[in-house]
Amino acid sequence: MSGASTAYSVVEATPRGKLIAGVVVVAYALVALIPLVWIFSTSFKSPPDSISYPPKVVFEPTLEGYVNLFTTRSRQTDEYIESLGPPETWYDELVRERNMVITGPSRFADRYWNSIVIGFGSTFLAVFLGTLTAYAFSRFKVPLKDDLLFFILSTRMMPPVAVAIPIFLMYRELGLSDTAAGMILLYTAVNLSLSVWLLKGFVDEIPREYEEAAVVDGYTRLQAFIKVVLPQMRAGIAATAIFCLIFAWNEYAFALLLTSGNAQTAPPFIPLIIGEGGLDWPAVAAGTTLFLLPVVIFTVMLRNQLLRGITFGAVRR
Amino acid sequence: MAEIQIRDVRKTFGDFVAVKGSSFTINDGEFFVMLGPSGCGKTTTLRIIAGLELPSSGQILLDGEDVTFNRGSERDIAFVFQLYALYPHMSVRRNISFPLRVQGAPRAEIRQQTEDVAKLLRIEHLLDRGVNGLAAGDRQRVALGRAIVRRAKAYLMDEPLGALDAEFRELMCEELRLLHNRINATTVYVTHDQIEAMSMADRICIMNLGEILQVGAPMEIYERPATKFVAGFVGSPAMNFLNAQGGIAPGAREIRINGAALGMPEAREGLDTQSAILGARPEHIQIADDGPLRGRVFAVEYMGARQLVTVDTDAGRLRVRAPNTTRVAYGEAVGLSFDPERVVVFNPDTDRALKSALYDGDARG
Repeated sequence: MSGASTAYSVVEATPRGKLIAGVVVVAYALVALIPLVWIFSTSFKSPPDSISYPPKVVFEPTLEGYVNLFTTRSRQTDEYIESLGPPETWYDELVRERNMVITGPSRFADRYWNSIVIGFGSTFLAVFLGTLTAYAFSRFKVPLKDDLLFFILSTRMMPPVAVAIPIFLMYRELGLSDTAAGMILLYTAVNLSLSVWLLKGFVDEIPREYEEAAVVDGYTRLQAFIKVVLPQMRAGIAATAIFCLIFAWNEYAFALLLTSGNAQTAPPFIPLIIGEGGLDWPAVAAGTTLFLLPVVIFTVMLRNQLLRGITFGAVRR
Repeated sequence: MAEIQIRDVRKTFGDFVAVKGSSFTINDGEFFVMLGPSGCGKTTTLRIIAGLELPSSGQILLDGEDVTFNRGSERDIAFVFQLYALYPHMSVRRNISFPLRVQGAPRAEIRQQTEDVAKLLRIEHLLDRGVNGLAAGDRQRVALGRAIVRRAKAYLMDEPLGALDAEFRELMCEELRLLHNRINATTVYVTHDQIEAMSMADRICIMNLGEILQVGAPMEIYERPATKFVAGFVGSPAMNFLNAQGGIAPGAREIRINGAALGMPEAREGLDTQSAILGARPEHIQIADDGPLRGRVFAVEYMGARQLVTVDTDAGRLRVRAPNTTRVAYGEAVGLSFDPERVVVFNPDTDRALKSALYDGDARG
């Protein structure tokens, strides 16, 4: 094979390069995933296993963490437990092995529901308002457009917690403390700047000719927006929604400060799950595992859109 | 089908005047081309006709009805965009049928008409494809299909062939003209390409700097340009301009260049400026030893059937389209004679053409 030469592409990786890249990616994935794997495995450990040293990698899985997460229990004497007769359910049985009886459901389900309502509610609002705002900024002559856009962005220039005290006082006066509506409003306000700026980028990318063509063909401006612009913004809307949801879902400081008995979300609740003899780690881990699920599902559902969304503007045909 | 009247339409963007008080009428069933360099206001005028822009003042009449303030959707006009503007989230079929679906036509009819149009444009095989993978020419056909699928009052096209390569553009030009002959719809076509304009138009409107300079059939524009700009813009190579002496009396049949007298069509009006500009198309100049104007050959370009000879004279450099049998060489001194019935004299101050026998019977606008 004399004369055969290997062509090197400027943009394509060499096999060696691919190998190095692969190793780096796998190493990074391990670092990023170990805490998640740890939490997931801890949620299936018994309380003694969860704090044993050296940590147990192989253990007998149990649902005790999940049962503890969803129930409140009290310690009773053997005589009392025996007087109750045989346990009626598998979780009764699991609890009685530790000399306890279930006295009622915990508040985790409520907190979880609050998180869902507040997280998805504020995400929907932020994306909905952001889409309309971004469209207006992109297409219409708005007086002081640049100043307004800067002002919207400037609300992001400090950590939101910096305004915690004024918001706390304001919410107390307005009766918004510890209400789902108050939290939705707050997270929407924080997310709106992100959503307006992200979405404006996407709208700017869509040539006006599409709307003009639709208008000439008989649509009103609003119809053209709904039928022609919105479908092309799908990727952008999906990406923006994920970013907004992740913020609202994970937000801890405001939730801790502004909510308690009524509208408390999962993040401030999970660390407070106290069990027998200190923190009940399997229950905390179980709560964390369940807490991760919605965002993971949402992200997986939108992942095709997301990939296009995050690289927006980078590649044009 | 409709007649479109544009009355005193002006459009300004801030301080910039995009269109200066234009008035003209596009006849029913006509293929009307608006030609001009970029930024001359032709696209703005087209968008005003379509209802995509509001004029700063003036009126648009469709079949005698004032539609100036009607929305684009209320005018029943189809528009073909320069970059096609095909909806990327729809298939070819859905793109073409879009205007019909907006009107809420019955399904069977939509299907039938979409397929008829696709057949007319020879894109039936692409109907169920997405529009993103299409070649530029096919996209152009889809965009045309979306326009002609409904019987609009007029079809407006904004440089629809601008993004195609030269060979394909020629082919599409021909097809567009054939298509127009078949459906005979009022068409307004904007381009900066004079060859497209000349080959397709029934009438051409030439614009520059927001002003309409001349409206007329291609031949009229070419032979009897109204202004120096029109003469220079249309024709390849452009018309030659020579500095001549002014002071032409009505009825004069001669114009002087550096003392040499050249024949010209009988002047119908006088010109009392110091100087004048003589315009002559390259094919209206001959290389002749006894020609009244003398010059030196600067370059010879052999073009096959013809050759293009560039000659430097005292009055300016000019290009002559000579038969390929003429033997001339670089640096050679030659005489030039002009076709006296074809030359045009321009007023150097206003750039307007002097009325002469050449313009007899010329109805402008």
